[in-house]
Amino acid sequence: MSYDALIIGAGHNGLVTACYLARAGLKVLVVEKNDWVGGAAVSRELFPGFTYSNCSYVSSLFRPEIMRDLELPKHGLQILPYEGGAMFTEDGGYLGMFRDHEANRREIARHSRRDAEAYDRYSRDILRNCRLIRPMLMRRPPDLASFAPRDLMELAWLGKQITGQSEAQIYDMMRFWTMSISDFLDEYFESPVVKAYQAVGSIIGTALGPMSPGTAYVLLHHAMGDVDGNVGSWGYSRGGMGGITSALHSSLRASGGEVQAGSGVRQILVQNGRAVGVVLDNGNEIKASRVISNMDVRRTFLKHVEEKELPSDFVHRVQRFKTRGSSGKLNIALDGLPKFTALPEGAPNIKGDMHFTDTIEKMEAAYDDWKDGHYSRDPFQDMMIPTLIDPTMTPPGKHFMSCFVQYAPPKIEGRDWTDADRDGFRDACLNQIERYAPGFKSLVLHCEVRTPRELEAEVGLTEGNIFQGELTFDQMFFNRPVPGYANYRSPIKDLWLCGSSTHPGGGVMGAPGRNAAAEVLRDMQKPAKDMSDAYAII
Amino acid sequence: MTAMTLRHYETPLLKTPFHPRTEALNKLWAWGNWGGYTTVLSFDDLAMEHSAIRNSASVYDLCPMIKYRIEGPDATAFLDRLTIRNVAKLSVGGVQYTVWANDAGHMLDDGTLFRLEANRYRLCCQERHLNWLSDSAFGFDVVITEETEDIAALSVQGPTSAEILRIAGFDVSALKPFRMAEFPLGKGRLMISRTGFTGDLGYELWTTPDQALPLWDLLFEAGKLHGIRAIGSEALNMARLEAGLIITGIDFTPADVCLREDRLRSPLEMGLGWMIDWQKGHFTGKAALMAQRDVGMKWSFVGLEIGGNISAEGAILYHNKKTEAGVITGAIWSPVLKKNIALAQVLTKYADGANIWAEIYALRELHYEKMMMQAHVIDRPFFVHDRRRATPPGKF
Repeated sequence: MSYDALIIGAGHNGLVTACYLARAGLKVLVVEKNDWVGGAAVSRELFPGFTYSNCSYVSSLFRPEIMRDLELPKHGLQILPYEGGAMFTEDGGYLGMFRDHEANRREIARHSRRDAEAYDRYSRDILRNCRLIRPMLMRRPPDLASFAPRDLMELAWLGKQITGQSEAQIYDMMRFWTMSISDFLDEYFESPVVKAYQAVGSIIGTALGPMSPGTAYVLLHHAMGDVDGNVGSWGYSRGGMGGITSALHSSLRASGGEVQAGSGVRQILVQNGRAVGVVLDNGNEIKASRVISNMDVRRTFLKHVEEKELPSDFVHRVQRFKTRGSSGKLNIALDGLPKFTALPEGAPNIKGDMHFTDTIEKMEAAYDDWKDGHYSRDPFQDMMIPTLIDPTMTPPGKHFMSCFVQYAPPKIEGRDWTDADRDGFRDACLNQIERYAPGFKSLVLHCEVRTPRELEAEVGLTEGNIFQGELTFDQMFFNRPVPGYANYRSPIKDLWLCGSSTHPGGGVMGAPGRNAAAEVLRDMQKPAKDMSDAYAII
Repeated sequence: MTAMTLRHYETPLLKTPFHPRTEALNKLWAWGNWGGYTTVLSFDDLAMEHSAIRNSASVYDLCPMIKYRIEGPDATAFLDRLTIRNVAKLSVGGVQYTVWANDAGHMLDDGTLFRLEANRYRLCCQERHLNWLSDSAFGFDVVITEETEDIAALSVQGPTSAEILRIAGFDVSALKPFRMAEFPLGKGRLMISRTGFTGDLGYELWTTPDQALPLWDLLFEAGKLHGIRAIGSEALNMARLEAGLIITGIDFTPADVCLREDRLRSPLEMGLGWMIDWQKGHFTGKAALMAQRDVGMKWSFVGLEIGGNISAEGAILYHNKKTEAGVITGAIWSPVLKKNIALAQVLTKYADGANIWAEIYALRELHYEKMMMQAHVIDRPFFVHDRRRATPPGKF
């Protein structure tokens, strides 16, 4: 049995690639090491009656063009917008977030009237940058050193996007892409808690602190998505993030593609410089005309390809590709709704993202612990309770709480994580929540703790990096993952990449998978079926 | 902000100090959001409300207008640097319609500037600018305070407005356009300026929120034989279009929230170049505006008279029925002029109006009647009446 395309890993990008290729008429197989599909977009029941979003937990980046192309709503996908959010402050107060413009303005004005009015200008500038970057998400980056007509045309297109702005905007853009979020926010706001709340998106998934240059871009990466046109909005996937991958799986089956779960790839088979198939952990060999890896670039080339098959310069670059883990995750089954003392009864803020790090300085201090090889003693958390909106994940009155936590290094002071480290990490998080919601800990029925160790072992993310490689400018766009190989190809013919290690990077976006499929089909000189270009109007 | 509570989000739309009265009169229950306030779109009958503006007297709740107090030894110098007009020429007790732009010469807002005392001003406008004003104040000895919620304001406009004010105890017969006067009101004070947004005889009344309801009642009692009538935003919009006046965010997109570079407009492009004092020294945006004045501007803002009887709201304009030439930002069939009028952004090269056409669609019982109607550029204001300037005001 031979396949036209064998995809390694049933994460969201692998499934997106598989779906597009199956629709174009290819015989497609996805192999998955776990017994379930989903990768880092997964919903699992680890405690009876409670469904978790075990890894990724919110959706905004997932491209609506892909949802539509692959008919995901028909296959069960539903994205639920959420309201609210709050940054709790040490003094017992909070800064809330509101969807209503006036309510949000008045809320910021409680902390600074000036900041309340600066917020619109800030939003304009973020949105301007989103408008610039969004059209780039579903295009193959040009190779800067190539004189191939396609690269030159792509470069010209890129130049036009940039020079189409005013001089002042070009200056602002260049500064924005290289700045720290702390410096960027200082240009708009004076209130520490306003700045801390806005900085949230700039550190998530990144082994940098809010004072590190480059973090302003990371904010953009979290702001450029949308829920039904509301740019910057986030939502929950109904039934957890596994709802996205189960819809993709269903769409794939409907187009004749297959998923084979339960045994991972031991080795990618290479003959005469071409990928010809894989050997699975269970010893089975599967032949395919091309192999497309949804694993990160380091895992793919350093663990599953023989080094002798690769140019040493390429291997060196892959080894140096930064996948430093920075985060962990707690998934908690709750016997009831915790009461956050700062929030008035009935405040909608509890339905959104909540945090306890009320200054940039505290965020940076949390990062200092990471640099010292320790998890943050006073961690930054992105905490939410999706079951306040999604009725499907727990019994009524019970709740699932998702806590994304920074910072957690891949190794503790240079050695591997131990179970004791993991428990210490968990307690630091739970104790922090308890401080703002007394009695919270007594509601905990079950808690799944995932440090970089568990993320790597189970999901396969090298060093537990949730983006399959950091989103710093040296690793973005035509540099992602390796200069000269931003085209989803590799030095080995017929071995491709389709995961978040490739342009445009991580998050549950689907764009890398879609772009990889487009390149494969182009290479085969086959027309892409049902593949839309990016929506033109933002 | 007065009494800002934690639970503000439960009422995202605030009520103005006049709400108990406007709510009682709002038979259609037609409410709209203006700057975070619940405001009346139309009380009972749009045609009657508009007619009151031109025939008797209308009362419009102005409270949501954003208001800043600017005071201090450098207040005049600061405002001269901020705005395009010459503020030094504005005497105490006077009011200026004015505009401010950013350094690129792109419009941020327009509004009215009241010189209350030598070193104390009030700036009334559509958008929020605390951030821009305080940044611009660097190096000036001024204090800027938002006072939107500290002031209750009504606009009383129409031929019988002066007489109603006289009966209410406020003799404004000597008040010239763009001047103001102060009167006692209850335990507080009432400031009356001869200003407005209708191009008609009219006044704006400014007091403290605690005097709001007594003032309303006083006016309606005084005006009961003179056709006083509360009006909503829809009637006011008709009158302001007849007066040829612009609204920020409707006739242009203000620069501080504008995403698309080609949508930014300068005061010159908005037909407001006549206000610029090129001689007064530096002001924000001057260099950019001088350059644009010398090179010429891409866009112009014009008043149009359009054929036919169907309002051209939102219509695309074409040159020679073929080439896109601009867009209509506001349009009505004017009941007083018996004409189809509009305001429009037009490419300057077509702004002579020789060959401009508006594409109009009239939806009639689920079928579109499509028309291409010729549009003629005409001077604004469309509606002109001597009573607007006559001092003392004539007998209606």
